Amino acid sequence: MTAVWVTIAGLVVITAAIKAAGPVLVGGRQLPHGAVGVIGLLAPALLTALILTETFASGKDLVVDARAAGLACAAIALALRAPMLVVVLVAAVGAAAVRAIT
Amino acid sequence: MSVRLAEYRHGIRAGLGFGAAAGVVGLSFGVVAQPVMGSVAPIVMSVFVFAGSAQFGATAVLAAGGDAVTAIATGAMLNARFLAMGVAAAPALRGGPLRRALEGQAVVDASWALAARGDRGFDREALLGATLPQYPAWVLGTVVGVLLGGTIGNPADFGLDAIFPAFFLALLAAELDRPLVIPVVVLAGAIALAFTPILPAGLPVLLASTTALLGLWRR
Repeated sequence: MTAVWVTIAGLVVITAAIKAAGPVLVGGRQLPHGAVGVIGLLAPALLTALILTETFASGKDLVVDARAAGLACAAIALALRAPMLVVVLVAAVGAAAVRAIT
Repeated sequence: MSVRLAEYRHGIRAGLGFGAAAGVVGLSFGVVAQPVMGSVAPIVMSVFVFAGSAQFGATAVLAAGGDAVTAIATGAMLNARFLAMGVAAAPALRGGPLRRALEGQAVVDASWALAARGDRGFDREALLGATLPQYPAWVLGTVVGVLLGGTIGNPADFGLDAIFPAFFLALLAAELDRPLVIPVVVLAGAIALAFTPILPAGLPVLLASTTALLGLWRR
């Protein structure tokens, strides 16, 4: 049980420090022009990596399971211009359905 | 005051949708974490850490019998992306170092992606407004998950693990028509998948973020 509380305390400090570092160190200075271009592309890069790892990674293995079906359902909902909440729910239902069958 | 509130309205409105998703994911965190760490610890974690991927990652390490140092390191690596996000948000935040550090705590994936306007800078009010509904939703979801615990079984049976990727896909879809985004998506995806079998969780995502350096090639 100690390990749990040590983990929580450690994560509280480290997460707060990571989130504070940029705002405190960069402050209100305007970033150089090149940096603005790079930062504009950070969101798509990070989002792509998060989508793929959270869909296909199982520990260190790459697997195709019900999560991939959920993502495919979300992609179809997005193509049909569904609102965010519908996209998310469709993904959950799709993944649950495939999991129930297999 | 009403004028200032209006500046946050766009963020808050988007944040209500994000909050619904955060509540459901928070619920699945509570369900997953309760057998590993009891009923109080998951709630404390959601209140003070407030970072979904790190909380899931650290809990998975502890559940597998890992020690606290490994669990903290895993969470820290999963959170490393907030470093880059914080740098991007920095010029838009206000006040002295302490206030900036506090405003920086509002950086979570969905709010940051909403507030990052590419070449047009960063929208502080969108960030803060969108995080406002997500925080209570995340904590409340965790509480409900802990209380429901084993009674609902495995959250994966309800497809709850498909929610975060779908949520991120919706955010990504809004970015696709900007210049250079498609090549970045292809490269970042290839890097994330290629390094998943080799590196500890979290690092492939951080490594994939380097593809944003393509932004230097513009003009």
